[in-house]
Amino acid sequence: MLKVNDINVFYGAIHAIKGVSFQVNKGEIVTLIGANGAGKSTVLKTISGLLRTKTGGINFLEENITSTAPHKIVERGLAHVPEGRRIFLQMTVQENLEMGAYTCPSGGVEAELEKVYAQFPRLMERRRQVAGTLSGGEQQMLAIGRSLMSHPKLLMLDEPSMGLAPILVEQIFSIIQEMNKAGTTILLVEQNAQMALSIADRAYVLETGAISISGTGKELSESDEIRKAYLGG
Amino acid sequence: MTFLSFLISGLSLGSVYAIIALGYTMVYGIAKMLNFAHGDVIMVGAYVCFFATTRWDLPPTVGVLLAMVVCTVLGVLIERLAYKPLRSASSLAVIITAIGVSYFLQNAAQLLWTSNPKVFTSVVGNSLIKLFDGRLTISVIAIITITACIVIMAALTWFTGKTKMGKAMRACSEDKGAAQLMGIDVNFTISVTFAIGSALAAIAGVLLCSAYPTLMPTTGAMPGIKAFTAAVFGGIGSIPGAMIGGLLLGIIEIFGKGYISTQLSDAIVFAVLIITLLVKPAGLLGKQTTEKV
Ligand SMILES: Nc1ncnc2c1ncn2[C@@H]1O[C@H](COP(=O)(O)OP(=O)(O)O)[C@@H](O)[C@H]1O
Ligand SMILES: [Mg+2]
Repeated sequence: MLKVNDINVFYGAIHAIKGVSFQVNKGEIVTLIGANGAGKSTVLKTISGLLRTKTGGINFLEENITSTAPHKIVERGLAHVPEGRRIFLQMTVQENLEMGAYTCPSGGVEAELEKVYAQFPRLMERRRQVAGTLSGGEQQMLAIGRSLMSHPKLLMLDEPSMGLAPILVEQIFSIIQEMNKAGTTILLVEQNAQMALSIADRAYVLETGAISISGTGKELSESDEIRKAYLGG
Repeated sequence: MTFLSFLISGLSLGSVYAIIALGYTMVYGIAKMLNFAHGDVIMVGAYVCFFATTRWDLPPTVGVLLAMVVCTVLGVLIERLAYKPLRSASSLAVIITAIGVSYFLQNAAQLLWTSNPKVFTSVVGNSLIKLFDGRLTISVIAIITITACIVIMAALTWFTGKTKMGKAMRACSEDKGAAQLMGIDVNFTISVTFAIGSALAAIAGVLLCSAYPTLMPTTGAMPGIKAFTAAVFGGIGSIPGAMIGGLLLGIIEIFGKGYISTQLSDAIVFAVLIITLLVKPAGLLGKQTTEKV
């Protein structure tokens, strides 16, 4: 479904991503783990078109999207929940969700809203509230709900557990699994490697801009190397 | 009665400032830049209307519409050619470019239309309404200007609050990266904002010159700076702020002229601005926000 082929990404002179290749197949949950600053967010931003690769290419649904504009990539069914949620704090909860459906014909928005509200009743309760007044957990729900409004085929999540209490982390991860069962392919970026590996079909470890290890979620969570580096022993 | 008459003149002048300030503030909100050429777009709008009505004998409504069309195209072109290539440049480079565009427009107007002042014919004639046995006279253009300002404000509030494009504009103003991830075409949205701001500038130009009929290539410069001041005064980026800032500025200016000193009126305006910014650095309705890239 998604093929990332030997991409190299620069911030000015800083070579942030050094020849990364990986792929995500239809129906999978794939996780990209790695320490802070390894380049995980950069990889996602490059896939969604916010950053450009210097060399290498990205294919989504058999089409080359390497130089496609970000808003066109969304139209093709690739949604990205960015690090730090990035919801529109001055807009209401409902307006945020409507923005998520920006690429959809306006006729279908009502039905999508109902679906998301059914999945996140909290958002329903707060739909007229300005998003900046939501708690951290609610904001993350909103960020995920917003990305579902466009009916993505592939959903990329950048550290959805960041800054959340353990109970909320559990909740977010079970939502991710539900979405996957409902047919959405998932690319999950996490620092919380243990949780991510426990739900992932396959995993890649990113280390200073390059992929060092890959395997199934199970293999990686049992590997000594990973345990030492990312799972605290 | 002089008080009432000053108040109406102030509201009328303030309405012109408010309409110009709306363009400044909307563009600032979305593109995070001060479009110093905005005042000169007003001047172009006034010239277009002048030629349409005075030279080609077209009806005033057609003159206004033509001015709006020309300014819309001009505003979008300025953004595409001058500002868009600098989207990721330093804000200093952008400000210098905006000042350059401003002088470019003034010089182009001088070349095309000479610097001799033209006498603008008011689009609604010069009729006056007399009230209280003639002790209070109000010009029709003042009433039309104030009405236009209210209508524009209501229309913009509806547009940004209720329409898909208006909401997209607010989303882009807050976080362009996130807006792109929603599938919003940020470049197109910025163009639409420039188009709306410039169409409003055309209306402001016609209203301004209908009340103060001397039209020269520099006609837009001072009102442009005043409107910029009004936008900052109200809280740059805020639509109601631009409206309130514009109206207050107009009232302060006319009262300053009437009760204190004609020569000092501009100094008074800026003194009020400075004091406001010392007390409320973000302006009357401005929000202190942090930018994410
Ligand atoms: N806007 C930027 N400008 C310059 N360097 C950046 C920028 N964003 C990230 N980097 C650098 O790129 C590297 C990868 O960052 P990032 O992708 O955010 O890592 P991660 O998401 O894995 O924590 C880091 O060394 C970081 O300092
Ligand atoms: Mg990151």
